[in-house]
Amino acid sequence: MEGDAVTAELGAFLLSLALAMSLAQGALGIFAGWRNDARLAAAAAGTAQSAALVLLGAFAILISLFLRSDFSVAVVTANSHVAKPLLYKIAGTWGNHEGSMLLWCLVSATFAALLATFRGAMTQSLWSRAIGVQGVVTAIAIAYTLFLSSPFARLDPAPLVGRDLNPLLQDPALAIHPPLLYFGYVGMSVPFSLAIAALMEGKIDAAWARALRPWTLLAWTMLTGGITLGSYWAYYELGWGGWWFWDPVENASFMPWLAAAALLHSAIVTERRGSLAAWTILLAIVGFGLALLGTFLVRSGVLTSVHAFAVDPKRGYAILAMLSFFVGGGLMLYAWRAPRLSEPSGFVLVSRESAMVLNNVGLAVAMGTVLIGTLYPLLLEALTGRLISVGPPFFNITFGPLMALLFFALPVAPLLAWRRGDLVGAWRLLHWAAFAAAGAAVVVLAIVRGPLWAAFGIAVGVWVLAGVALYVWKRAGSFGRVAALPLAVWAMVAAHAGAGLFTIGAVAETSFRKEQSVQMLPGQTVTFAGRNVTLLDITPREGPNYSAQRGAFRVDDRAVSAERRFYAVSGMPTTEVGILSGFAGDFYIALGSPGEGTVGPQAWTVRLYFNPLVQLIFIGAGLMGLGGALGLVVLARRRLAAPAAAASAVPAA
Amino acid sequence: MRKSSRRLIVIGAAGVLLALAAGLTLYGLKDSVAYFYAPSDVVVQAKAGERVRIGGLVETGSVARGGGVISFKVTDGVGAVAVSYQGDPPDLFAEGQGVVAEGVWRGGDTFAAERILAKHDEKYMPREVVEALKAKGEWKGTP
Repeated sequence: MEGDAVTAELGAFLLSLALAMSLAQGALGIFAGWRNDARLAAAAAGTAQSAALVLLGAFAILISLFLRSDFSVAVVTANSHVAKPLLYKIAGTWGNHEGSMLLWCLVSATFAALLATFRGAMTQSLWSRAIGVQGVVTAIAIAYTLFLSSPFARLDPAPLVGRDLNPLLQDPALAIHPPLLYFGYVGMSVPFSLAIAALMEGKIDAAWARALRPWTLLAWTMLTGGITLGSYWAYYELGWGGWWFWDPVENASFMPWLAAAALLHSAIVTERRGSLAAWTILLAIVGFGLALLGTFLVRSGVLTSVHAFAVDPKRGYAILAMLSFFVGGGLMLYAWRAPRLSEPSGFVLVSRESAMVLNNVGLAVAMGTVLIGTLYPLLLEALTGRLISVGPPFFNITFGPLMALLFFALPVAPLLAWRRGDLVGAWRLLHWAAFAAAGAAVVVLAIVRGPLWAAFGIAVGVWVLAGVALYVWKRAGSFGRVAALPLAVWAMVAAHAGAGLFTIGAVAETSFRKEQSVQMLPGQTVTFAGRNVTLLDITPREGPNYSAQRGAFRVDDRAVSAERRFYAVSGMPTTEVGILSGFAGDFYIALGSPGEGTVGPQAWTVRLYFNPLVQLIFIGAGLMGLGGALGLVVLARRRLAAPAAAASAVPAA
Repeated sequence: MRKSSRRLIVIGAAGVLLALAAGLTLYGLKDSVAYFYAPSDVVVQAKAGERVRIGGLVETGSVARGGGVISFKVTDGVGAVAVSYQGDPPDLFAEGQGVVAEGVWRGGDTFAAERILAKHDEKYMPREVVEALKAKGEWKGTP
């Protein structure tokens, strides 16, 4: 490794350079906005673009250190091994605290560069101020990385072997889950920068809200994708049949998601009607605050979680200080400037904008309960010294009913017109959806004999889904014209239908899942969930960096296999489940431990699950993400089509 | 509709939603909070019917399996509690390793756990276990 003596140091140098550039970008941008100077604004934009390139270089160097297994670098030693497959050597770059913080900086700088490149309808002063604020965000993140968790720190003497990446993380979905999630988290910094820039300007108009929307939608879509992938990974990798555990770190990604969802909707109201401006600004600040809180929760290890990386209080305090600086500073600026923002006088009670307000209040309150459940243990420990944990039932009891209430209003909102809606007219159409929902509830109660809350939950999902279908029908007017509906309609329809499908899947899975743990000998057959499961045989298998026992099963007449892997370097076993997906749900097999129990030494513990309609959860979440992606296309097109018309605030539809 | 009465309706609706959320939150916190205890404390301190988490190390040589039930002892070096669990423990469950058993405390000799947690990342013991071990002076890792 003598030849690479300077590579890590070059990385650290590039990181320092990027810090200086981001600081310059911050100063230039804010000053340019204040003086409204075109040349200074262009300089800020150019600095932002170059800083992103410099950080990209630093990140590429870290990847190359992982690829070459340079064990003189501490972070490589702690998280990599020569025997690891290529993809996971690369993924190992961000599968640890230091590397993921570098990724955080890179993403923040990338967003600054994008902001600098795509000015769109923004006025010059707003644009340069936003670039400036984004520069400050990047600079603080780089300072934290450089001084408290540098990925380029060396080990002396260098060890000969590394400790390997946690085997649970050696999975294709987990290779892209963190970057997606980080793009989502850090993506919330752009609405924040735009909000702070608008507060500096002291002016909020439709053009500002129009500039805000694509960035919010981008962050929300990335968060949706990242969370969905993480959930799917937990489902097939952890081997417990579950897909969401209300783990503090899951909540940490879910809260910014809720804030972004609220912000998406309130920004539409601000663009179309000019109202809710102050609330939109507040949401943008809080949304980024929650994204930072997410980083704090994941990185500090203050909460017991499956994800907690580093238990280093110094880092935790530093991230907490960052959080207070941005949220506290943002809120102070808000308190000072927001009362000056002029808003048009109120609106009619029955209208699309008031439905959107209901959406926002609902999402914000639901987010508040998740926040309380997540932080309550910290609070109680600080106040009384008692250690507690808040379990999933809390979140099911609080979050479930609030979202159900929100989903009652969901199909109504698109049917109401702006300014004045016609509730009677909406009901004339929606009573069909109410019939469908009632029918679904009756089926659940009478035929499946499920509990009342399951009937209610599934009815809510069907109500949303049918309501969305009726909306499509109304917009198109006839079957022939459905295909001709504009893309913007499809974006909303996909996201809302996804929410409905997700609800049905989540309620069905939670209330009707079956599970059983059995001891099986090869050749033995058991009956579970109406199917015959036979353990055919168990054979050893060697993977690239693990050894495995593979159990071959037959479920009725379909073959499926489940594995138990052992990673020698880290000494960890993992489970690779066998899943048979069908229309009614997933048949899910996990191979447990061998040679124990009453049946004899050849018997294996086998865990069997039947997860009804579980795929609807992931399909629904995927549809929401697709809706977001379509919406991005729509907003991008709109911007390309009419850059000049952007200054006026005339609604398009 | 006058502006003031419209504002009243909006604030009223938000207030109802907030009250509902607050009620649900209090109700939920009452029933789904689990208190954490060290094995040597739980017998004396836990109230019957309380949801508890007992954290410590799996005592070496104490694990026994049979009939789909696994039983073992959780220790913090001072005291130990016998735990039984119906089902298969997590992959990382092993003798001498950190573990958290969650369930409802009913007194008696054996704690019937509803959930067994072993940290997914083997490098870090559950923080609660570390705190319990530190409090008992049994912690051997970094301070």
